[in-house]
Amino acid sequence: MKLIFEKSQSGRRGGELPRYDVPPARVPAELRRERPPRLPELAEPEIVRHFTELSTRNFGIDTGFYPLGSCTMKYNPRVNERLAMLPGFRDLHPYQDEDAIQGALELMWRLQEALIEVSGLQACSLQPAAGSQGELTGLMLMRAYFADRGEADRRDTIITADTAHGTNPASVTMAGYKLAKVETDARGNVDLAHLRELVSERTAGLMLTNPSTLGLFDEHIEEIAEIFHDVGALLYYDGANLNAVCGISRPGDMGFDIVHINLHKTFSQPHGGGGPGGGPIVVRERLEPFLPVPAVVKDGGRFRLDFDRPKSIGKVRGFSGPFGVFVRSYAYIRSYGPRLREMSEVAVLNANYLLARLKETYDLPYDRLAMHEFVLSARSLKREHGISALDVAKRLMDYGFHPPTIYFPLVVPEALMIEPTETEAKETLDEFAEAMLAIAQEAAEEPEVLRDAPHGRPVKRLDEVLAAKRAIVKYGFEEHPDLSNEQAEPRQLEAQKGA
Amino acid sequence: MAASETYPDDLKYHAEHDWARVEGDEAVLGITWFAQDALGELVHYEPPNEGDTIAKDSAYGEVESVKAVSDVIAPLSGEVLEVNAKVIEEPETVNEDPYGDGWLIRIRMTNPSEADSLLGLDAYKQVVAEA
Amino acid sequence: MSYLSLTERDREEMLAAIGVSSVEELFRDIPAGVRLGRELDLEPSLSEQELSRHLEELAARNIDTSKELSFLGAGIYDHYVPAVVDTVLQRGEFLTAYTPYQPEMSQGVLQAIFEYQTVICELTGMDVSNASGYDGTTVAADACYVAKHATGRTKVVVTEATNPQVRQVVKTYAPGFGLEIVEVPHRGGVTDPDELRRAATDAACVIFQQPNFFGCLEPAPDLAAAANDAEAIAVAHVDPISLGVLEAPGAYGCGMAIGEGQGTGNYQSFAGPHYGFLAARKEFIRRMPGRIVGETLDAAGERGYVLTLQTREQHIRREKATSNITTNQTLLALAGLVHLSWLGPQGLREVGETCMSLAAYAQRRLTAAGLELVFPEQTTFKEFAVRTGRSATDAIRTARERGVHPGYALGRDYQGLDDAVLVAVTERRTPADIDRLVEALTP
Repeated sequence: MKLIFEKSQSGRRGGELPRYDVPPARVPAELRRERPPRLPELAEPEIVRHFTELSTRNFGIDTGFYPLGSCTMKYNPRVNERLAMLPGFRDLHPYQDEDAIQGALELMWRLQEALIEVSGLQACSLQPAAGSQGELTGLMLMRAYFADRGEADRRDTIITADTAHGTNPASVTMAGYKLAKVETDARGNVDLAHLRELVSERTAGLMLTNPSTLGLFDEHIEEIAEIFHDVGALLYYDGANLNAVCGISRPGDMGFDIVHINLHKTFSQPHGGGGPGGGPIVVRERLEPFLPVPAVVKDGGRFRLDFDRPKSIGKVRGFSGPFGVFVRSYAYIRSYGPRLREMSEVAVLNANYLLARLKETYDLPYDRLAMHEFVLSARSLKREHGISALDVAKRLMDYGFHPPTIYFPLVVPEALMIEPTETEAKETLDEFAEAMLAIAQEAAEEPEVLRDAPHGRPVKRLDEVLAAKRAIVKYGFEEHPDLSNEQAEPRQLEAQKGA
Repeated sequence: MAASETYPDDLKYHAEHDWARVEGDEAVLGITWFAQDALGELVHYEPPNEGDTIAKDSAYGEVESVKAVSDVIAPLSGEVLEVNAKVIEEPETVNEDPYGDGWLIRIRMTNPSEADSLLGLDAYKQVVAEA
Repeated sequence: MSYLSLTERDREEMLAAIGVSSVEELFRDIPAGVRLGRELDLEPSLSEQELSRHLEELAARNIDTSKELSFLGAGIYDHYVPAVVDTVLQRGEFLTAYTPYQPEMSQGVLQAIFEYQTVICELTGMDVSNASGYDGTTVAADACYVAKHATGRTKVVVTEATNPQVRQVVKTYAPGFGLEIVEVPHRGGVTDPDELRRAATDAACVIFQQPNFFGCLEPAPDLAAAANDAEAIAVAHVDPISLGVLEAPGAYGCGMAIGEGQGTGNYQSFAGPHYGFLAARKEFIRRMPGRIVGETLDAAGERGYVLTLQTREQHIRREKATSNITTNQTLLALAGLVHLSWLGPQGLREVGETCMSLAAYAQRRLTAAGLELVFPEQTTFKEFAVRTGRSATDAIRTARERGVHPGYALGRDYQGLDDAVLVAVTERRTPADIDRLVEALTP
């Protein structure tokens, strides 16, 4: 398919602007643009066709089943889209005066209250733009909290699990902390003996996902919390997997002090092809003074933005956070109300059902009941037939499914991480299970069909080595390199994707 | 085209899958067949600067495939005399010829006796077998 | 209301297949001590109709730009969003997809990001753009991190005429990054290049905004030269809407160009979600934060697109990653691409000229009515600072009683400007609207 620049014709245009009868103002010569940017030049009908054609080369939840582990690809209600586009939300400027933003502030305050209840903690900031920024904000809070207690120099280490999302260690470094990694035990829990060796007076805190990226609830979570609290350290809950436990078990009750919540996962902000997200953080009372400014507070029947927080870490993003995301997630929470528990129950039921249908055919490294997702391994297929998790993933596309997350978590070789979510019908789960079973059979009988998969997508397997070596990251117009002379191979990484 | 598995017996090895070819007070360093095979086809080499000092057992550069990035560990201490420009241009040279054209740096050793602590062929093969 | 599909019969069959007798049993690994043991204390479930009424009521309590003539800007602008943006963004294949980890399922969004990267590089004169950052503030923090690692230096210089929120976010990130932040004051509304040059000694980067927070045009080439003289990376924070008329940062020596993308294709939406952009010269490509899409071939030799240079990123490099970002702002960046494609080079230049001419007209009308400009010597783009002759909050209150929000009270961020309002004029304001502004600000 052509790039939009290759469809461009000089002198063609999409929109026109109103013309006003005011004298033209001039840019001083030394600041004036010399060469115009080569933006596409297309009429509006061509623009609509271009992006419509692109959309047909993409796969979303609306297209079909999307069991991408750790990403909670659930249905995105259309009413939420309509509500986010109400002029009172869509056309509201963030510097409007307080009397003019009461509805927006009330919505944010109500969302905060709901997230506080779901997490079992006491104070919330909606500001962080995504989960990974929530993590970083949480670690900044730890820093500020320990600095306030005069312990900042002493506490220099954060512990993460070896099953952690890559964002956890990356956030630790960005926050200026040292990293220590705790291992996973044979049942898929945090290895308590190893944890006790690592935790000391130098520990600032723990970052943990629970249920873990293996889809397992840590059976020793109370002991873990005690180990950290005994040395005065804090516990951070990576809320990526909160969809498993809403209304069932709350991070605050598990002993966590800081939580981030992925609004685009549990609370159904559409993922948008990569974003936007929302990463509010919820904390224990003693951490509240350090939350980002402004805080959204309620005084009697009025709502206001409170900037007067002398101990605040500052701002992690512009204004008060991604408001349109709040509208959608608030609407989602109000749809369910206390039935959020049922949402999580069905997410867990769907996952365990799918697991039950697949565990005889694929390797199951930790044979326990799963929570909202589970991790299988294609280790035996690899050993017996030379078929990797990547091949299985590519073949699933031919059956009309988006593949699961693969090669993650790192502790499981040839991992297939499957998260069906609660919004799938049993028939869909059955069709997916049948496809997975058929693929396992194909691996034995006609493995070349898998190695060349997918067969029915707009492109075949792409050469990622060539992409990395040539690093063509923008269109080059008349100088655009022609790759067709290069030798391309379907070199795709058997590296982790997802989350 | 990737090379087939070999471990020459005239080299000294480091357990982090690096090799050294000692030549007088200089040494040429690189990564072993095992290391390049584990990484896959290399797409980038981040070398040290000529003139830098490197220390035994510490990282002196990075090699990357599309799926992984790995520190390159110095088997010996020394001063960097030369960086292999061919590998910067064509990192896959390491996959094709890990002990020949795919060398990474040449150093002047600051402590030649360190070479005695490195692994010989049999000891390194043992490391590979257990990996 | 819920969005669940399972029937009672489904549930029974599924529990039987799992080999448990109840849903409760699925949660047996959760210790009793950490279970909630009661219903969540949330308001009852609502039907779609009830939900709509509730949110419509909340929305109605806000005074948006359709109810009050607005000259508010200061980082978020009321530019026109064409209908084709809404059309494209509501395509479920874009809206409900995630990061294109599996390229064969995601050529649509991958190609769109590749086109977006190209457009950002064209606007800024840079070699490489990422797939988006969170907003115009966080990309500044990202740029500092890139500069720190590229130069090995730990000082960052930011001009005081840079958006205060950008400066606040950089300061919040600084302790973790191990950075020291130095601010250079403005002189009469713009930055003095010599003063900036002195401050830039030993700096990793110098961040300035063009047009700056006051709407004034900085001597940007001289500021970039001042940074380069000190071997600090010049980082321009630019308004994409201005780049049809103002020179591209790449053309005057900047190493990175960053900015807030809201003005292109995104509604004000009480400040989000929008997108930030970060573009750089080729030499920084391996230090760039976030997703980058690259061109390649498939097994049949056909052109296609993939996420590339992923070894920079957290999922591979983990604690050594150049950033922790994963979820970004792809959909909003797509809005920017669609809007800029709709405008084309001619349209973008016209928007810039129109904003600039209307803002100049507004300044002439206001001064003719007896108001004083704060920085009368400076050329401005679409914003300018005007003295109201009394406390700005009072002036805003009076103007709003007349149905006009005249702009942002600069005294919130700058000492000595308690009487000043920052007025933003986009192409959506007409000369007649400007007449109303003048009336509203005249005592």
